[in-house]
Amino acid sequence: MKLNRLNQERWHKFKANRRGYWSLWLFLSLFIVSLLAEVIANDKPLLVRFQSEFYFPFLVEYAETEFGGEFEMEADYRDEFVRELITEKGWILEAPIPFSYTTINHDLPSPAPSPPSDVNWLGTDDKGRDVVARLIYGFRISVLFGLFLTFFSSIIGIAAGAVQGYYGGRIDILGQRFIEVWSGMPTLFLLIILSSVVQPNFWWLLGITLLFGWMALVGVVRAEFLRGRNFAYVLAAKALGVGDRQIMFRHILPNAMVASVTFLPFILGGSITTLTSLDFLGFGLPVGSPSLGELLAQGKANLQAPWLGISAFFILASMLSLLVFIGEAVRDAFDPRKSY
Amino acid sequence: MKQALLEIQNLSIAFRKGNQFDPVVHEISLTINQGETLALVGESGSGKTVTAMSILRLLPMPPAVYPEGQIWFDKKNLLSLPEEDLRQIRGNKISVIFQEPMMSLNPLHTVKKQICETLFLHQGLNTAKATSTALDWLQRVGINEPERRLNAYPHQLSGGEQQRVMIAMALANRPDLLIADEPTTALDVTVQAQILALIKELQNELGMAILFITHDLGIVQRVSDRVAVMQRGKIVEHSDTKTIFHSPRDPYTRILIEAEPKGEPQKSKPDAKPLIKIDRLKVWFPIQKGIMRRVQGYVKAVDDLTFEVKKGQTLGVVGESGSGKSTTGLAILRLTESEGSIRFEDLPLHQYSAGEMRPLRQQMQIIFQDPFGSLSPRMSVAQIIGEGLQLHSSGSSEEIDQKIIDVMEEVELDPQTRHRYPNEFSGGQRQRIAIARALVLKPQFIVLDEPTSSLDRSVQFQVLQLLKNLQEQYGLTFIFISHDLKVVKSLCHDVLVMKSGKMVEYGPSSQIFSNPEHPYTRQLLKTAFA
Repeated sequence: MKLNRLNQERWHKFKANRRGYWSLWLFLSLFIVSLLAEVIANDKPLLVRFQSEFYFPFLVEYAETEFGGEFEMEADYRDEFVRELITEKGWILEAPIPFSYTTINHDLPSPAPSPPSDVNWLGTDDKGRDVVARLIYGFRISVLFGLFLTFFSSIIGIAAGAVQGYYGGRIDILGQRFIEVWSGMPTLFLLIILSSVVQPNFWWLLGITLLFGWMALVGVVRAEFLRGRNFAYVLAAKALGVGDRQIMFRHILPNAMVASVTFLPFILGGSITTLTSLDFLGFGLPVGSPSLGELLAQGKANLQAPWLGISAFFILASMLSLLVFIGEAVRDAFDPRKSY
Repeated sequence: MKQALLEIQNLSIAFRKGNQFDPVVHEISLTINQGETLALVGESGSGKTVTAMSILRLLPMPPAVYPEGQIWFDKKNLLSLPEEDLRQIRGNKISVIFQEPMMSLNPLHTVKKQICETLFLHQGLNTAKATSTALDWLQRVGINEPERRLNAYPHQLSGGEQQRVMIAMALANRPDLLIADEPTTALDVTVQAQILALIKELQNELGMAILFITHDLGIVQRVSDRVAVMQRGKIVEHSDTKTIFHSPRDPYTRILIEAEPKGEPQKSKPDAKPLIKIDRLKVWFPIQKGIMRRVQGYVKAVDDLTFEVKKGQTLGVVGESGSGKSTTGLAILRLTESEGSIRFEDLPLHQYSAGEMRPLRQQMQIIFQDPFGSLSPRMSVAQIIGEGLQLHSSGSSEEIDQKIIDVMEEVELDPQTRHRYPNEFSGGQRQRIAIARALVLKPQFIVLDEPTSSLDRSVQFQVLQLLKNLQEQYGLTFIFISHDLKVVKSLCHDVLVMKSGKMVEYGPSSQIFSNPEHPYTRQLLKTAFA
């Protein structure tokens, strides 16, 4: 894809902000690494060589009987018995961190939460699960939640702002009043009520937070459309007979995109915080899900095990800082006054 | 020989953009003597304003840098003077009047406060003394009821009065040099003449020098002693006013001087039928007050207009800014709400819904004043011109592309450039793109809303010639909205004079220009052809 000159210039300005540029690469690599979480932290081996054949336990379920065991269930590769069966006639390639987020390490030197050791690099939580594995999966779910929420709330917010700003008048007034009332709704209480009716999962949480969180971009987009609908080229398009929807998309939306894109990293940061705080309060993802908020709550409950709180805090703080740095660089890149 | 007051030597100015330097002024030298008026003339973008603003270092730096040159004033080099000392000169020895009076007065302060501020700063007067000086200056610049106006806010004054207040502010400290940056461009013709006379009169009284920046040669002839002509950051000619106007040496100066609109409108058939009939057209904007938004009254932007435009002819709509000319144009195309009847070839447009209007839009087009604002900056030229075609005709993309190429050749643009973006074109070229956009639909009728007034003189002439040729070739009908009577005379068959939304005079152009009936028309003509 070839960028036009304006966007090339913006990319150039973005790169000129070294901190933001490196933050972007760091964040992207962390995110890509976390997308491959199954390969990095898994209690199932990545590759097994058994009787001159290859097996991929992290992708395919193999029954214990296939390796000469007794049970017809999936093999438990952490079981010494199974390991011996396999290593007799082949070998095992483990994931770098041999724990998934649900794996409980029963072989702990001290009662859970146990401190960092060779096996559990950042210790375990109060149920004996590896903290590193939970952080990697938790990071992924937080970022994915944030991306989904940002994407959908931007689409709804931009559409609502565009319609209000473009048509103005009564639509605008009614829309604005509705948004004022709507943003006064207590989201948290609704979630508490909801969690007593259904078991909230990822999509339920996304839906509810989206329902009450799409207003972030309405203001800026509406302002851009209010300004843009009086531009001469918009009037010229109307004189050509161009329809409203096309005028909004083709002629005014590009102007509003600058303001919107500038906001995106900050909205992403906010969305991640929303999920984390819900998890911290215990109204978030279902029990057992890897989540940074839940880890924070454990840290609070187990002050004698500082590795819980500190790890979660460190990951959250660096993720949010990276997003803010990226946001600053994006803001610089799109700032028309900063042309030198 | 008079003593030199300000000397600009080998001045170059550049703007920094990233790591590149974009030079805008190249090694210019100028001298202004005491008590004289030097006019700096040139097209927009030629570096006039940048040069003038550099005298007081008013350009934002970093982007502006001065690779070389000096500006000598009072034995000091203003370019290397410390900020502290420079402030003693700003507003005291050298003052500035800007183009847009509304933008250069602070809307939150009264006239008194703004004039007194410079007096406190530079003369250290107390409040009572400063107030009486301010009052004195308001009287001098010819403001009616100065006592009452002292406590007025800028928005309560008219454009002419605002510019007078600006002049009072600039002159209150009796500067040695006044920099006037297009001080009359934003004003109406009749007011322009008064402001020019006022500046001239105050110059005689105070004996100050003036650096007068303008693109209007008519004004230059009236006010200046010497003229410097700028083109693309260089001074191409520099001599006294008489020499420049009688024997210009530089070819560019010659183009500027000769680019006066000339000629007569196209001869048309006397039995031409009316294409557009307007009856009692009204555009009233309600003024709403209170919580209940009750309508308290109306702003009558257009009030009771009745006229018609004959097929293949041009109707000129003339008036000052704010007289409702542009609103009339928009109302005819149903781009703004209006009352009264609008008939296009006997079709009652005023009864049509937005959907019913859409197919008709191919027949009637509009070209706007500002070619920079009327083209979407994010669309290529081919997309801009082709947008209407895609709506109104069902051709293959090759056919559409061919039509775009044809129309670009017609408006004298290079079709090779059709994939570029508007910002790569000059003002005149952009206006040609706008004309191409309208023309490609093969309309019968085009509203031209001051199509040339934001263009430079030499370019104006070419665009007008193009419009005339197109009218002849396709039998187009125009409504030509303008405040420039010279242009109207050379283009229009009929003329409609407007003032504050009302029709003042309407008739064939020959009759209006030779024998105006209404005193307002007479005044307009007098100032335009002085």
